[in-house]
Amino acid sequence: MPEDTIDYKAFSTRIRAQVLRMVHRAKSGHLGSSLSIADILAVLYGRILNVDPAQPDWPERDRFILSKGHAVSAVYVALAERGFFPRDWLLNYYLNGSHLPGHITYGVPGVEASAGALGHGLPIGCGMALAAKCDDKKYRVYVILSDGDCDEGSTWEAALFAHQHKLDNIVAIVDYNKIQGFGRTKEVLDLDPLAEKWHSFGWSAREIDGHDHRQIEQALLGIPFESERPSCIVAHTVKGKGVSFMEDDVAWHYRSPDDKQLREALDELGVSE
Amino acid sequence: MRKAFVQALMDMAGDDERIHLFAGDLGFSIFEPFMEKFSSRYINMGVAEQNMIGVATGMALSGKIVFVYSIANFPTFRCLEQIRNDVCYHNVNVNIVMGGGGLSYGSLGVTHHATEDMALMRALPNMTVIAPGDPLEAEQATPACASWPGPCYLRLGKTTEPGVHESLPSFSIGRAIMLRDGKDATLISTGCMLYSNVQAAEILAGRGISARVLSMPTVKPLDRDAVLAAAGETGVIVTVEEHSIIGGLGSAVAEVLAEASGIDCKFRRMGVKDTFTHNVGNQEYLLKAHGLSVDDIVNTVIDLKKEGR
Repeated sequence: MPEDTIDYKAFSTRIRAQVLRMVHRAKSGHLGSSLSIADILAVLYGRILNVDPAQPDWPERDRFILSKGHAVSAVYVALAERGFFPRDWLLNYYLNGSHLPGHITYGVPGVEASAGALGHGLPIGCGMALAAKCDDKKYRVYVILSDGDCDEGSTWEAALFAHQHKLDNIVAIVDYNKIQGFGRTKEVLDLDPLAEKWHSFGWSAREIDGHDHRQIEQALLGIPFESERPSCIVAHTVKGKGVSFMEDDVAWHYRSPDDKQLREALDELGVSE
Repeated sequence: MRKAFVQALMDMAGDDERIHLFAGDLGFSIFEPFMEKFSSRYINMGVAEQNMIGVATGMALSGKIVFVYSIANFPTFRCLEQIRNDVCYHNVNVNIVMGGGGLSYGSLGVTHHATEDMALMRALPNMTVIAPGDPLEAEQATPACASWPGPCYLRLGKTTEPGVHESLPSFSIGRAIMLRDGKDATLISTGCMLYSNVQAAEILAGRGISARVLSMPTVKPLDRDAVLAAAGETGVIVTVEEHSIIGGLGSAVAEVLAEASGIDCKFRRMGVKDTFTHNVGNQEYLLKAHGLSVDDIVNTVIDLKKEGR
């Protein structure tokens, strides 16, 4: 799709609005985490990812892994928007008998790997990237990581591995909203300077505003940033982005909006219930 | 046993380009032939077991058959969550190969004693657990793991185990192998205790007790039929394993016997005691300290026979 035909703003707003409705209906959590990645997902699924909803197993497809598997509601919306499964499925997210569990799950059309415990996505992504190199395939692997993912040693094991094996077909996108499960990264395990850490592990790292669609698109179109090096995008984001009273507040990692809060949130997004 | 594994892997890798071998920075004097012949399909993953399992999963999700190797508890405990969530949940063809099962690394100490691994692996959905009884079983188990669609845990011993089988047994995942028939008692082992059971059966024969010897290389799925037949036909079962008495072969057999109806069978588990050993010594020394010598096996059977059927 040529870029001027993609309305990322509208796509990301649909993701946010639907996520709010799903989390409200399910009385589930992780809302702030999902809103945080809505803009990145809009660009990935709007333009970047070379996938075919009619053939989810197409061998040449790009692979997308959500290592922060708890933010899955946003990914399910993006997948439904792209036609991987019926939009109706979103209505039962998280509920008894649903197709869609509360952490990203392999087997849902369009999902490449299950995740829920942090620190698993990048190693699996490295395996997929390595397989592409072995088979001389051109697909890329995109992995979204959270702050918490960057606490896990396994993430850094994978960072060493990707550099060692010159995996320039993998991209780590860190959703750097600086709030982890029970506090601010500054107060728990400070990750700064994060881009420098990735750089020192042999990755080519760039920092962007993770809510600026143009910056996200330009970064993703520029991959690999250097040949024979893995690429990292440190996306500065705001947890709960798009709903003023949810932004930058650890509480919205856990809370579910009540009816009034849902109405107010949708109003802010300019959409109706 | 490890060399039998590597030879079998090389035999397969020549015909099947999907086969890859990942090592956790271990395998000196074992993997060199594979590295030379299949350099593009061998990776030393470094001392990073969690990543090793994750990468193997990503490869397997992309159509590869991956064998990962390390020793003792490194390829299981260190990366248990990766094995559960990545390998088993995705149900992929990743085969975790461990060298140094049980007390193989005797004098190196408790960190290197792999004595609870089968309990952990057995509890994981989709996981198949195999501990070959001798090098010939290891040789046949290796291609069986590769052609088994889901994950396998292959628990090997050292490099110097005696061959027990005279010829290649008919190895099949989930099937016991009878080495010697008997009518008075059954000795069931998994892994390298097989040789001890064969020796014990020989001694028992000299004392007028006819002991059946079953090698049970597959602890999961367990050969229930062989267990129930042994219970019904010999009336005495002793399980012998170089593993904690909790959660391994003995537990698996106990579960079958406890749920069977109408069977009158005396039963004992022999295994590593539920304790960390503070003794220093080689494998043979430590096995004796845990009551796992050939004489201990003989005496256990005799005691059970004395209790009557």
